[in-house]
Amino acid sequence: MLKAQASDTGITHGGRLWLYVATGLVLAYLVLPALLIVPMSFSGSRYLEFPPRSWSLQWYQAYFGSPEWQDATIVSLEAAALTTLVSVPLGLSACYALRLTTSWVGRAVGVALSLPMIVPVIFIGIGLFFVYARLGINNTLLGIVLGHTLLALPFVVITVEAGLKSFDMNQEMAARSLGASRARAFFDVVLPQIKLVIISAALFAFITSLDEVVVALFVSGGENATLPRLMFSALRDEIDPTIAAISSLLTVISVGVLIVVQVMQARRG
Amino acid sequence: MTAVNTLELSRDTRRERVRLLLPSGPGFAVVLLLLILPVGWLFLLSLVDGAGHLSLVNYERLLQPLYIRTFISTLEISAIVTGACVLLGFPVAYLLSQLPPWLGSLGMIFVLIPFWTSVLVRTYAWLVLLQRRGLVNNLLLQIGLITEPLQLVYNMTGTIIGMTHVLLPFLILPLYSSMRAINGDYMRAAANCGAGPTKAFWGIFMPLCTPGLTSGVILVFVLCMGFYVTPSLLGGGKVSMWSMQIESNIALYSNWGAASALGVLLLVVTLLLLWGVRRLLGADRVYGDA
Repeated sequence: MLKAQASDTGITHGGRLWLYVATGLVLAYLVLPALLIVPMSFSGSRYLEFPPRSWSLQWYQAYFGSPEWQDATIVSLEAAALTTLVSVPLGLSACYALRLTTSWVGRAVGVALSLPMIVPVIFIGIGLFFVYARLGINNTLLGIVLGHTLLALPFVVITVEAGLKSFDMNQEMAARSLGASRARAFFDVVLPQIKLVIISAALFAFITSLDEVVVALFVSGGENATLPRLMFSALRDEIDPTIAAISSLLTVISVGVLIVVQVMQARRG
Repeated sequence: MTAVNTLELSRDTRRERVRLLLPSGPGFAVVLLLLILPVGWLFLLSLVDGAGHLSLVNYERLLQPLYIRTFISTLEISAIVTGACVLLGFPVAYLLSQLPPWLGSLGMIFVLIPFWTSVLVRTYAWLVLLQRRGLVNNLLLQIGLITEPLQLVYNMTGTIIGMTHVLLPFLILPLYSSMRAINGDYMRAAANCGAGPTKAFWGIFMPLCTPGLTSGVILVFVLCMGFYVTPSLLGGGKVSMWSMQIESNIALYSNWGAASALGVLLLVVTLLLLWGVRRLLGADRVYGDA
């Protein structure tokens, strides 16, 4: 087995053993930390250890029993849902328009839509804080949703763009040559075929908002503090085991979303 | 076709072009109002002194030792983290790209799981694992590598471990896809022509995956320079990053001029790096793969 050839250039599996070990270790480094938190969150003591010496649900009880954490969770879920509802149609229509046009204006709009991913988020955060202060929407749900929509837009555009690449745009032309308007061709011919892409984009937008810290740090607060914002402030003071319970729940959501997206991509081929 | 008709047609095409762009309007408006306008506004603020006169005082202040130290430590940390990402990410991307596609994709799930897990959650995990009586110290004590718990967190060490962990997927993803795209025939041809594994790797494989490696390196470096969450939690106040200076200028001193100047400079450096790579590699490679 170890003497078998592993590459076209004559390296054996034995000669590559270090590579297998190194890759295994790095992959473990990547996935283990977040996954180890899950069993640790069921710890019976205030001190988080692995494996826990005693088991309990007390940190989950602390989380579900605290009005402060619950309010923040509701704000975060509302913000994530609204961000998805706003950013997906905006990103989808922009991406579709850019696909159809070839003008320099279109290219410029394309660059603009990628800016939220390029400009350092700390700068975006203080910029929003500054403008919101003049509009009086700091610490409001509206402000959080607008900020998160801005951050989610490039992700939606990239996801839809990748999906449209495998879509044959001649179908759109065929529909129009048969008398359908651009709008009708989009809703009846294109949309049903890129449904899965749109669901992926929606999930990415949802997760982007749900996990966002930096912008929320500046523009959310008071009764409209998001969950990550509250977690961040709590972590600056101490390692509260309640956060282990919340982290486990967030990890489960993220991994769940990833699995759904992967399965959909596999089905799309 | 008469001249009038041609004119009419070209006018029609133009009108159609404008109409086609309309659906991108709302998305563009969001970026314009929430990003371009605020950043432009802050840029103007950075050029004004306390009395409201046009001046470069905010930029001159950046030459103070406090800020110079911050810039140096930000660049230092970014370089170390980027180096660590290359060291850890290259073997992974290479092996996964050489495996059969289904197995490679399965391995990539291990890269994507952290990619989609909250940065805050992962930072918290490191806080727990690296603390004085945490899992890592306990393991090291048990196997006898150390006799006393090491200070692994709330310092530079913890910051680098955590930042590398968060940014590693950004290096592996573009590198993996550029390695996957390399046609196996080239390596077979090299072997056929008598090149040993080492020669074929350096002569054929490396040059072909360099674009993916470069875009990964720049992406990680740029993200490092603007990183806030992980260094401010794992650094424990001992590590000073560019982004943390921006935050403290707003939160502690409400000094918009200073914060804006720091932000503008950070943005300029970021754009220069990205622009340099675009020039180097051609436009769509930097983000195309990631």
